[in-house]
Amino acid sequence: MPQIGFPILSLITFLPLAGVFVLATMQGEDAAIAGRARFVALVTSLVVLALGLYLWSAFNPALPGYQFVETAPWLAGLDIAFRMGVDGISLFLILLTLFLTPIAILASGSITRRVRGFFSALLLLETMTVGMFAATDFVLFYVFFEAVLLPMYLIIGVWGGERRIYAALKFFVFTLAGSLFMLLALVWMWRNAGSTDMVTLAHTPIPANVQMWLFLAFLASFGVKAAVWPLHTWLPDAYGEAPLPGTIMLAAVLSKMGAYGFLRFAVPMLPNAAAAAEPLMFTLGVVAVIYVSFVALAQTDMKRLIAYSSVAHMGIIIIGIFTFTVEGIEGALFQMLSHGIVIAGLFVCTGVLLSRGEGLALSRLGGLAARMPAFAALLMLFSLANIGLPGTSGFIGEILVIVGALKVNFWVSLLGATGMVLGAAYMLVLVRAVLFDKFTRPELANLPDLKAREYAMLLPLAALVLWLGIYPSNFTRVFDAPVTALVQAHTASLMSHTALAMVTAK
Amino acid sequence: MIFSSPLLPALLLGVGGMVLLLAGVLTKRDSFAFCSLAAVALLVLAAISSAVAPDGVIFNGLLKTSLFTRFADTLVYLSAAMALILSLDYNRRENIARFEYPILVLFAVLGMIVMISAADLMTLYIGFELQSLALYITAAIARDSLRSTEAGLKYFVLGALASGLLIYGISLVYGFAGTTNFASLANILTGGAGYGTVIGIVFVLVGLAFKISAAPFHMWTPDVYEGAPTPVTALFGTAPKAAAMALFLSVMLGPFGHLAAQWQSIIEILSVLSMALGALAAIGQTSIKRLMAYSSIGHMGYALMGLAAGTEAGLQATLVYMALYVAMSFGAFACIIAMRRQGQAVEKISDLAGLAGQRPGLALALAIFMWAMAGIPPLSGFFGKLYVFAAALNAGLISLVVIGVITSIIGAFYYLRVIKVMYFDSGVPNFDATPAGVRFVMLVGTVATALFVFLPGPLVAVADAAARALMG
Repeated sequence: MPQIGFPILSLITFLPLAGVFVLATMQGEDAAIAGRARFVALVTSLVVLALGLYLWSAFNPALPGYQFVETAPWLAGLDIAFRMGVDGISLFLILLTLFLTPIAILASGSITRRVRGFFSALLLLETMTVGMFAATDFVLFYVFFEAVLLPMYLIIGVWGGERRIYAALKFFVFTLAGSLFMLLALVWMWRNAGSTDMVTLAHTPIPANVQMWLFLAFLASFGVKAAVWPLHTWLPDAYGEAPLPGTIMLAAVLSKMGAYGFLRFAVPMLPNAAAAAEPLMFTLGVVAVIYVSFVALAQTDMKRLIAYSSVAHMGIIIIGIFTFTVEGIEGALFQMLSHGIVIAGLFVCTGVLLSRGEGLALSRLGGLAARMPAFAALLMLFSLANIGLPGTSGFIGEILVIVGALKVNFWVSLLGATGMVLGAAYMLVLVRAVLFDKFTRPELANLPDLKAREYAMLLPLAALVLWLGIYPSNFTRVFDAPVTALVQAHTASLMSHTALAMVTAK
Repeated sequence: MIFSSPLLPALLLGVGGMVLLLAGVLTKRDSFAFCSLAAVALLVLAAISSAVAPDGVIFNGLLKTSLFTRFADTLVYLSAAMALILSLDYNRRENIARFEYPILVLFAVLGMIVMISAADLMTLYIGFELQSLALYITAAIARDSLRSTEAGLKYFVLGALASGLLIYGISLVYGFAGTTNFASLANILTGGAGYGTVIGIVFVLVGLAFKISAAPFHMWTPDVYEGAPTPVTALFGTAPKAAAMALFLSVMLGPFGHLAAQWQSIIEILSVLSMALGALAAIGQTSIKRLMAYSSIGHMGYALMGLAAGTEAGLQATLVYMALYVAMSFGAFACIIAMRRQGQAVEKISDLAGLAGQRPGLALALAIFMWAMAGIPPLSGFFGKLYVFAAALNAGLISLVVIGVITSIIGAFYYLRVIKVMYFDSGVPNFDATPAGVRFVMLVGTVATALFVFLPGPLVAVADAAARALMG
C-alpha cells in the first residue's frame, strides 16, 4: 500500500482552513480587499489542487482497497476514530472537487458584498466536501456530509438571487431531514458491527429484513442529495437562486455526494436490499431521465434548463449504479466526473452572459454566435458533451451505463438511452435560442467575446471534456480494481455467505 | 487534611458567601463588582478543590461524593461563574447592581452541590430548597421591574408547588420503605416495591421534572426566562439545569435503580413531550429569550433520552449532552446580552436583522450556537445528540429515537430562522459595543462548541468514568 511520509489526505482536507484563517485576519472595506481576498482563496485552492495531483501520481490503481490510510483516535471508548483513505472510487471525486473550487473562485466576479465571508464559505465547502469523500469512518463521513450544509446554506442565502431565502431554507430542511434518517441507520449499523470503520461495516452481514429499512433511510438521505426524482424539488430552486460559484459547486460536486453515498454504503453494505430495490431505483432513474428531460424542454430560463438537465443525468448515474455490473458502475462513476465538468462548463457560460449584464431568459437571448465566436464554440462543446456526443466525456459514461443496463434489462437500457435523444432536444433548443436565431434585441450585437479570466475557467474544463472523451482509459483504469471488487462482493453476498468469506479473505 | 476533604468545596462556598455578605453589609461603598469577582474567585477555588477532592461518604451517609458528583459540580461552578461574569456590566446598566446578587448565586450553587451529592432524601430536599429560595430572589432581583417581579413570583409559586410534591413523594417513600437513605432504599427496593412507594417515586419524579422544566411541567419556564434579567436567565438555563439533571440521574439510577421498569416509561413520556413541545412551541416565538426557554425544554427532552435508556452508556450520553448544552447555552446568552441598542436591552429576534453585515463576529458566534443547538455537525451539539440517540437505540427505544429525529428536523427550522434574520435580512442593528466580560464568555462558549469536534476525547472519557462511578 503506497504511503507518503506525511498525512496527505488530512493536509488536502484541512489546508483550505488555513486560507479561511488568512481571510479572517484581513481588515478593510469590501471593495478594497475583494481582489486580495480572491487571490488568497485562489492560491489556497491551487496549492490544494497541486497536492491533489501529487496524490493522483502516487496512487496505485492496481489495488482495490483504501490507500494513504490515516488513523487517529477521536471519540474515545466508542471505536469511532478519525479514519481517512482513498480508493479508485473516491480519488477522482476528490480531484473533481479540488479542480472545480478554483474555477468557482474565478467565477465569483459578481460577488461584491462580504467577500471575505464568501471566500471563507467556499473554502470551508471545499474542506467539508473533500473530507467527506476521503472519510472511511461512518461517523466522520456523516459529520462532513452534514457540515456541507452550513457553508452552502449561507452561500445561497446571503449571496443568492431574489428568492434566495426560500431556496436556502428548502435546501437545508430537505437535506437535513434526509440525513437524520441516515443518522438512525448509522447508529443501527454501528451497533450491529461494533465499529464505524467503513471497511468493517462493508464486511459485516446485516439481516435481510433490516436491510430494507436501512436502505430506505439511505435513500432518504442520498436520494435528496443526488436529487433523485421525486426528491429533487429543492434542486431547481437552489440551483436557480444560488450565486454562480455556489451553483457550480452544488451541481458539479455536491450532487455527486448522493451518488457516492449509494455506491459506498447502500450497495456494498446492504446487498440484498440494494438488489431488491433495483426495480424501484431503475424506475426512479428512468422517470428522472424521461420526465425531467421534458420538464427541461419546457424551461424558459437558461440556468433552470441546465439545472433540470442535471437531474436527468443523475437518473443515468442511478441506473448505472444499480445495474451491479462492472460496466454500469464504471459508467456511473465516469458519468459523475463528466457531468461535474460539463455542468460546471455550462454554468460558467451562463456566468459569462450574466457578467455582461444579460438576463438568462431564453426569449431575450439569441444570435450570440456572430459576435462571440469563442464563447459560442465553447458553449457548443459543453452542450454536445451534455448530450453525450462521441468524442466528448458524456458519451463514454452514458454508453457504459447503457451497456451495463443492457446486460440486466433491455427496457431499462432502451428507456435510459432515450435520455440521449431527449438531451439532444433540450440542449439544441438551448443552443439555438442563445447562439443562433436572430438578435432579439440590438444590444446583444455589442457584447464582447471572452476575457482572459473566462478563458482561464473554460479552457481547462473544455480540455478535460475532450481528454475524458478521447482517452478515457486514464480514468477507467483507476476504477477497475475497486469496482470489480465491489461487483464481485455484491454477487457473492447474494449467492451465499461462504462465497462472501472467500471474497473478503482475498 | 482539610485541603483534601470532600466537604471543602461546600465549606468554601458557604463560609466564603457569609464572609462576603458581612463585608457587603459593613462597607459603605458600592461593593457589587468586588463581591461578584470574589464570588467568581470562590467558584474557581471550589472547582479546583473539588477536582482534587477524594471520594467520600460524609455525615453518616447523608452526602456522598464521587467522580459523578464532581463532574456535575464542575458544570455548576463553570456555568455560575459565567453567569456572574455576564451580570457584571448588565446589572450595572440596569441599576440592579446589588452586592447581594453574587452572594445569592453562591448560596444557590451551594444548594446545588448539596443536592448533587445527596445520598439521602432529606439532604436532597435541603439542597433543593436552598438553591430554589436563592434563585427565586435572583429572578426578582430587578424589583422595580414589573416583569422581573412577576417572573420571581411565578417561579416561586410554581417552585413551591414542585417542592411540595417532592416532599410529599419523599414522605410516601419514607412511609412505605422505612428509610430515606439512598443505599438502604436501593437494598430494600431490590425485590420490587409496593404501590405506595411507586406513587411516592412518581411524586419525587414530578418535583424533579419541574426543576429541569421537562414538559408537561415546564409552564414556568418561558415566562421566567423572559421576565428575569438576562444574566439571571443565563444562570437558570445552565447551572440549575445541570444540577437538577444530575440529581435526577443519581436518584433514578441510585435508590430507585431497581425499579427502572416502573419509571422508565414515565421518563420516555417526559422526553417525548419535552422534545415535541420544545420543537413546536418555539416556532411562533418572537422574543429570543422565550425561544431559548422552549429550546431548553426541548434539550431536556434529548438529555432525558439517555436516562430513559437506563444504561451506563445512556448515563454517559446524558452527562456529555449536559456538558455540551451548558457551554452552548451560556455562549448563546452572552450573545443575547450583547443585544443592546443605545443603552437599552432588546430581545426581539427581528432586532438581529442585518447583524452579519455590521458585527460579523457576534453574528458568527450566535450562528454557531444556533447550529450547535440544532445539532448540525461538526458543532458540539451534534455529538451530544449522537450519544443519546446511540444509547437509546442500544436500549431498544427505537420509537423514542425516531421522534427525536423528527423533532430535530422541526427544531432546526426555528434555529435557522435566527440565522436567517442575522444573515439574510437587511437591517441596521447598531448594537452598542460589547463589554469585555461578555466577550470572554462568548469566546469560551464558541471555542468549546466549535472546536469540540477536534478534541472530544477528554470530556467523553471523564463522562464515561463519571457514569461508571454512579452505576458502579
